[in-house]
Amino acid sequence: MLSLTVFLPLAAAVVLIVWRGLPDTAVRWTWVAVSAAELAAVVYLWVTYQGPDLGHETNRPWIPGAGSGYHIGVDGLSLPLLALTAVVFLACALYSLRGQRDIRRFAALFLALETTSLGLFAAADLILFFLFFDLSIVGMYFVIAGWGHGEPARSALKFFLYTFLGSLALLLGFIGLYAASSPHTFDMAELTRRPPLEDGGPAGALVLLAIAIGLAVKTPTFPFHTWLPPAHTDAPAAGSAVLAAILLKMGTYGFVRIAMPVLPGSWRRYALAFVVIGVISALYGALVALAQTSFKRMIAYTSVNHMGYILLALGAAGLIAQSDAQARSVAVTGAVVQMVSHGLITGALFLLSGILWDRGGTYEMDSYGGLAGPAPRFAAFTAIAAFASLGLPGFSGFIAEFQIFAGSLGSAPVATALALLGILVTAGLFLWALHRLFLGPARHPRAAVRAVPGVLDLRPAETWAVAPLLALALAIGVFPRLLLDTVDPAARTAVELVAR
Amino acid sequence: MRMDPLALVPELCLLLGAVVTLLSGSWLPRHRQWIAGLLAGSALAASLTAAAVLAAGPDRTVYAGTYALDGATDAARVIVPAAALLVLALSAGRVRGDRRESEFSVLVLLASLGSVLLAGASDLLVLAVAYLLASISLYALVGWGRDQNGAEAALKVYLLGALFGITMLLGVAFLYGLGGATAYAALADGLAGAPAGALAAGTVTLLAGLLFKAGAIPAHFWVPDAAAGATVPAAAFLTTVPKIGALIALYRVLTILPGAALDWRLLVAALAAASMTLGNLAAFAQTDPRRLLGYSTISQVGYLLMAVAVAARPDALRSLLFYLAAYAVTNLGAFAVVAALPALRTLRSYSGLGSHHPWLTGALVVCLLGLVGTPPTAVFIGKLTVFSATWSGAMPWLVAVAALNTLASLFYYLRWIAPAVTPGSHGPAGAGAAADHWAGGTAVAAAAATLVLGAGAGLVLPSLSDVLTR
Repeated sequence: MLSLTVFLPLAAAVVLIVWRGLPDTAVRWTWVAVSAAELAAVVYLWVTYQGPDLGHETNRPWIPGAGSGYHIGVDGLSLPLLALTAVVFLACALYSLRGQRDIRRFAALFLALETTSLGLFAAADLILFFLFFDLSIVGMYFVIAGWGHGEPARSALKFFLYTFLGSLALLLGFIGLYAASSPHTFDMAELTRRPPLEDGGPAGALVLLAIAIGLAVKTPTFPFHTWLPPAHTDAPAAGSAVLAAILLKMGTYGFVRIAMPVLPGSWRRYALAFVVIGVISALYGALVALAQTSFKRMIAYTSVNHMGYILLALGAAGLIAQSDAQARSVAVTGAVVQMVSHGLITGALFLLSGILWDRGGTYEMDSYGGLAGPAPRFAAFTAIAAFASLGLPGFSGFIAEFQIFAGSLGSAPVATALALLGILVTAGLFLWALHRLFLGPARHPRAAVRAVPGVLDLRPAETWAVAPLLALALAIGVFPRLLLDTVDPAARTAVELVAR
Repeated sequence: MRMDPLALVPELCLLLGAVVTLLSGSWLPRHRQWIAGLLAGSALAASLTAAAVLAAGPDRTVYAGTYALDGATDAARVIVPAAALLVLALSAGRVRGDRRESEFSVLVLLASLGSVLLAGASDLLVLAVAYLLASISLYALVGWGRDQNGAEAALKVYLLGALFGITMLLGVAFLYGLGGATAYAALADGLAGAPAGALAAGTVTLLAGLLFKAGAIPAHFWVPDAAAGATVPAAAFLTTVPKIGALIALYRVLTILPGAALDWRLLVAALAAASMTLGNLAAFAQTDPRRLLGYSTISQVGYLLMAVAVAARPDALRSLLFYLAAYAVTNLGAFAVVAALPALRTLRSYSGLGSHHPWLTGALVVCLLGLVGTPPTAVFIGKLTVFSATWSGAMPWLVAVAALNTLASLFYYLRWIAPAVTPGSHGPAGAGAAADHWAGGTAVAAAAATLVLGAGAGLVLPSLSDVLTR
């Protein structure tokens, strides 16, 4: 069932590629239908999952000679991310109902990307994980190069080279783990059970360094974030949404899933480094976002900021001397909730910024003004997303950040206090952005559009794409138990594994 | 001495096939020359079948220990004819109706035979003979097109080949003098007490010829010129098939050397690092896809040499053989795309290929990303196993160098992929021109094969041998 869920979008993508005569409308609705079916499948998997171990498991030999198997399964860490993936891809499918150039290939590419994302979050084998990790880069390269604007070829190349460098570092780390394990294996469950390099010596440090660089580039954290703003700015809206909501999570998920449990000794020893990088990313991302004039670049930099919080929490979970297991487990739970929350909210923000580009042809905030009048729904949605993103209580971001800070404060008080300043800066920059876009006298770069009443505001397809994302962020913010019941046990397990 | 003619059926198929193709090609009228090509293809298929049947037999040496029948030879007997078949398929459009149509098939068969013999040779003299057989047919193949570039390339390959061939014979003489024998099994004992300096001189000179065949640093100068000067089908062949024999031969001959007297592992590791680095750096600036692929094959040999550098470690041979198969099919796929669109001589002219030839573009993307080593293609598994073996062989630095090189290589492969997938020119000489169906079909088949081989690696890898007989 899990395999079917993972590979159904790919099968649909192949059909779309091969069946060239399919009319565009049919393509759009096929895409929506498959994405909806995926969401239903993931919900089914979640409902039937019985924790706390790996559920819906499939383990078949794949490359026995190289110690790698087709091993997939889900647990409390991966289920929320699988669900997030299904939701965001469905939102992108709905969003693209309004029209998209060369929709057949676009849809096929997104469906293939959905398979790589689902596969990565379900992978329980390092090579399988790496396979999906790398294919997601290839897919996103084509999305940016083929459907981007501005300087798409350049941004796509930069994105590809950077993240591919990361993936190679990751592969080196995986090979290091493989070489150190005995018997040689790439199986994550096996490696978690009997971690090689447990003493945290120099070999463990090097392997952790390789894996951490690989994941940090994908996440991205300071100083590996430079590929992110151009990639985001020049990608199509749906591409940015998937990139920010799903692909960035591959990095943070890798930290929780691989780096922490497989290299517990090294993680504990170098936890402080991750805390420091997390804090720098959080503050640096927020401050640079504050300086942006482009709405989309600003959101891109707030992603660096939010990913910084996650790394802070995961680093703090490694400082076992300074805090109790309860606090560390809260921090890890917060990190996982932050992944989901950031995916929902930033996905929505990027789709909204795509609407801005669609109507005005620019992301420069100074070109706009007073949009709240002609586009009330757009203004309302953007305001909700912005408030959710800055961590207002009642939204998922608050739950996540509250847990992260509460869990990290005991073990890393100074770092947490510094990171808290990031919230202040984000609040300021979002309010300022709302102010510039929506308040004051009405201004719009395209006078012709402004003259037609209602044309600026959201169309039904756009509303249907964005509203569920924000509704889910609100639902998690109001009833966090739905999510926490699944995440908590897995986070506790992760903390226990690190403390070994 | 054990006479076992049946043991050599795959090789005999290639030899007889060459003779029959040559004779039939001489008698058939020009418009029926395709029959000769068909005969050549059947000979390759027969050789492949015979190899598959014989692979079940026990590992042994035949003819007084001069020829080894083991997993490595079995692999070469399968990979070489399969690659040659792909070359014949992609060449069908180009050679059809040419005055020398059947000669092309004959040369392919003879060069394939030479490559298989190189892989199986377990005696320095057989190695030398196989080298000559493989090289001489290659010189002719490079000049097959009989145009100015081809002649220049052929001359260059010939001069370098003769030079390195003589150097190799010198090495054979050296090692014979030191070890008192030419058969590997006897040499392994005979060389045990040899003086280090003389042994090093003999080894290095012997390596020269094999590095020439493999197209590795420092004997790589001919590769880009030949790849750009020869006809595309010939270029596809000579950047692929000789390497298969040469690398297995390298593996075989190096494992007989006493490790104590000479640190040949470090030498090979250095050659591997140099080969991949220089090949990649030189490929950056190329604008001709053929030269780019030529340099890319030099860098690929670097990765392959990593497995040789850790020879005799468990899994080193297995990873080498798998990587060879993966490399052969992927590289031929990339060349098949070039062969399908012979008018496109610059990377820029590929712009807009995606909208005119979606299948061909797909094959190109799969094969080039395959050469990078992106999963799930076969080369990824090849790289993975080679990297793992090298890491276990206490050479993590070489793995790091290889990973950095993989990243660097991505850059120039993307320089080719990027125009192909973005919209562009529509001129008749541009990407909109009609494609050669044979080569196009081969490209798609090779791209599919590289994916299948990658996904089916679990079935292929365990069937490969990890020990050599000598």
